[in-house]
Amino acid sequence: MTLDAHIPSGPLAQKWDKHKFELKLINPANKRKFDVIVVGSGLAGASAAATLAELGYSVKCFCFQDSPRRAHSIAAQGGINAAKNYKNDGDSIYRLFYDTIKGGDFRAREANVYRLAQVSVNIIDQCVAQGVPFAREYSGYLDNRSFGGAQVSRTFYARGQTGQQLLLGAYQALCRQIGFGNVKMFPRTEMLDLVVIDGHAKGIVARDLVSGEIASHPCDAVVLATGGYGNVFFLSTNAKGCNVTATWRAYKKGAAFANPCYTQIHPTCIPVSGDHQSKLTLMSESLRNDGRVWVPKRKEDGSKSSSQIPEADRDYFLERKYPSYGNLAPRDIASRAAKEVCDERRGVGPGGLGVYLDFADAIKRLGEDKIRERYGNLFDMYEKITGENAYQTPMRIYPAMHYTMGGLWVDYNLMSNVPGLFVLGEANFSDHGANRLGASALMQGLADGYFIVPYTIGHYFASSKQAKPSISHAEFKKVEAEVRAQTQKLLSIRGKRTVTSLHRDLGRLLWEKCGMARTETSLKEALNRIPMLREEFWKDVNVTGDGCELNQNLEYAGRVADFMEFAELLCLDALHRNESCGGHFREEYQTEDGEAKRDDDHFAYVAAWGYQGPDKPPVLQKEPLVYEEVHMTQRSYK
Amino acid sequence: MNLTLKVWRQKNATAPGRFEAYEAKDVLPEMSFLEMLDVVNEELMERDEEPIAFDSDCREGICGTCSLVINGIPHGGRKGATVCQLHLRHFKEGDTITIEPWRAKAFPVVRDLVVDRSAFDRIIQAGGFVSVSTGGVPDANAIPVPKADAELAMDAAQCIGCGACVAACKNASAMLFVAAKVSHLGLLPQGKVEKDRRVAKLVEAMDAEGFGNCTVTGSCEAVCPKEISLHFIARLNRDYAVAMLKGRAV
Ligand SMILES: Cc1cc2nc3c(=O)[nH]c(=O)nc-3n(C[C@H](O)[C@H](O)[C@H](O)COP(=O)(O)OP(=O)(O)OC[C@H]3O[C@@H](n4cnc5c(N)ncnc54)[C@H](O)[C@@H]3O)c2cc1C
Ligand code: FES
Repeated sequence: MTLDAHIPSGPLAQKWDKHKFELKLINPANKRKFDVIVVGSGLAGASAAATLAELGYSVKCFCFQDSPRRAHSIAAQGGINAAKNYKNDGDSIYRLFYDTIKGGDFRAREANVYRLAQVSVNIIDQCVAQGVPFAREYSGYLDNRSFGGAQVSRTFYARGQTGQQLLLGAYQALCRQIGFGNVKMFPRTEMLDLVVIDGHAKGIVARDLVSGEIASHPCDAVVLATGGYGNVFFLSTNAKGCNVTATWRAYKKGAAFANPCYTQIHPTCIPVSGDHQSKLTLMSESLRNDGRVWVPKRKEDGSKSSSQIPEADRDYFLERKYPSYGNLAPRDIASRAAKEVCDERRGVGPGGLGVYLDFADAIKRLGEDKIRERYGNLFDMYEKITGENAYQTPMRIYPAMHYTMGGLWVDYNLMSNVPGLFVLGEANFSDHGANRLGASALMQGLADGYFIVPYTIGHYFASSKQAKPSISHAEFKKVEAEVRAQTQKLLSIRGKRTVTSLHRDLGRLLWEKCGMARTETSLKEALNRIPMLREEFWKDVNVTGDGCELNQNLEYAGRVADFMEFAELLCLDALHRNESCGGHFREEYQTEDGEAKRDDDHFAYVAAWGYQGPDKPPVLQKEPLVYEEVHMTQRSYK
Repeated sequence: MNLTLKVWRQKNATAPGRFEAYEAKDVLPEMSFLEMLDVVNEELMERDEEPIAFDSDCREGICGTCSLVINGIPHGGRKGATVCQLHLRHFKEGDTITIEPWRAKAFPVVRDLVVDRSAFDRIIQAGGFVSVSTGGVPDANAIPVPKADAELAMDAAQCIGCGACVAACKNASAMLFVAAKVSHLGLLPQGKVEKDRRVAKLVEAMDAEGFGNCTVTGSCEAVCPKEISLHFIARLNRDYAVAMLKGRAV
């Protein structure tokens, strides 16, 4: 496995333009001869599938939901960043680039991030042209809000449903191409393996989730846009179906997995209410624009109601610790600060695992109507879940697993080390380093799908000159047989434990040992216990029903089987990274005041892991991070 | 708390279905309705019985995947909520609850409580978009949009495509769904250009899918988890009439 990021030479600001000029093109009339498979119909997948089809490629698009419109991107609430500088508050491409690099704790690739900031402005133009109803001011021009980790207002939003509106824009563009016959859509179809022939990605094997049929789909290039792996923690803000299967199976076929230990914990989620909990609900970060985070100063006050605690006895700990960013400190920092006060037993609510997010001041200043206009649907959502009215009493929030910065390794062209395999959106590792800033995932997904892969894929076709694979190739038959065998194996165990119970055990283990804070001891413990849990899974799981029908339990079992393997790589990566950076906090490595302490001399690299076989440890390849433009500093939000 | 469930079980699209009774024992008021079904399914599997198939994904009311009719009401009757946002605190100890799938000719049952809503996708494919390709568009602020129009468009655009409107309608009409899309795009300058053509195409596709006619009973608006207003249906009728008068510019 050799990794070359293929970063173009030349000044940072000109790399992308220069690269686009140098990329080889495919003649329009020839494009339809190329078959592209896009797995995923979220922001990244839908935008890629639509744009590739517009260009003339023959596209097949897959998703496991019943409609492409239901991909997990639909749930994003707060907004999408772009360096439009419409507010004239000093924003620029360079500032968005710098904020993202710094927010990522200097663990992202400079050239990729700069390009992301550059194309961010085109995304907003594109979405508006599609009819995305972004929030507007009375002038009729677009409104912006602020998000964590930035001191400018550059976040575009559509009430609390930004992801929904952006996804519907991309979905509609996709539907237009489906209607034209340029995209064939496969909903309720799950990719279960990647097919690699002569070292190139040449297709996938997928299961029709309704009929149970397992079939091969050959193509000239595979684009994975299958989202993140946050559900390895069982409880997360991700939709129930989110999983690691597509990227994990690609890893086992040779694609390197980069920085799996970079996981993001979101500070503002509704606290866990009991063991029955099936998922956690995010309260958008945008709430921190107007909400103030606090806990009682004294732990004795934890049992009092919020109204009984006078102003003087409250600790607005983010404002106290980070006066210049205050409640808008980045996510990793805000999450850890919340954990810290709860560890000091100053948390509020059941079990003391919560902090207040209080809107009383904002309501006094702006009026309840203004707050309702800004966040009405979030307050409603909170009320539906907790039965509490947050206009009257403060919300209770606690950090939860939310986003995964790690993913399959890709070069500047978003191609993995397996030629012909492209990876977009949350599924790749490319732009967020060790921590993602709010409102930047939507930006990245759409940048990848609308504006990057449509250029770079043509270059692959024009320069690699590969033969078209035949569906009768022995490799397809072999992979199909493997997939069938795994399905059969899952169905034949008929043990005593449900898939959910095993998944919950895995999630709890990871949250405790590899969650908000990690240590060498905790990680070693996890690495010791994961194989035991995996063994238990394969000995004692109970998957009812059979494989030739809709069998949701079988689908779930397959995903959990992959989480059971992937969890080990996550912990291994976390153990090897003897530093703290962004979302990866190793207790051994912190500054005197408890901030993450990086070790740039030894760890300023991307850790890309390569699969070696079932019983062999993976090999680590390091891609050094070279900063030509920015100077690596200790992040400070004080 | 303890509940009795009467759940529609149906092996596949062609098999006959029937109600089966299940006990939900020791469930908690703070559980969501779907978490209660998770618990029932866990118990079924522990007894080596097949779990109840039902759809869900985001479990926070935005993806439109969950789709249960509870005691005859799609999504269970909590104002502005999907069934994944319904909690057991809204039920009483000892209640008997019937759970059925969406029932409409255009939404065939796949299994148990899971239905096929691909008809909605086909309606959008027929023209529920602005015909713009990636690239070559003007600056986002080049065309100001009056705030009131943008807000109204957003009210319509909130539709999550769950199909509760169809399930609630005695005619299984998809008018609210179509009206929401036609209004969302028709209210914005970017979508106005194709307004006539769009409404004609969408209505044609809706009819072809076998959805029924709208007799304005308002049951769709009553169950819509996003509280999409019946006014949009009036707007759809108006837009459609205008398009027909102008002659279909298709
Ligand atoms: C609650 C919440 C709120 C958020 N809010 C924001 C926000 O305000 N701003 C922001 O920038 N980001 C936000 N994010 C993050 C952002 O939403 C996601 O990172 C982003 O949408 C991911 O998009 P994606 O296209 O990469 O993947 P997804 O949207 O997750 O799509 C994955 C697709 O892959 C398909 N798929 C997966 N595996 C398979 C398989 N094996 N076979 C076939 N298909 C498969 C799925 O069906 C789906 O279509 C939020 C995230 C959450 C959880
Ligand atoms: S599961 Fe997404 S709306 Fe109910």
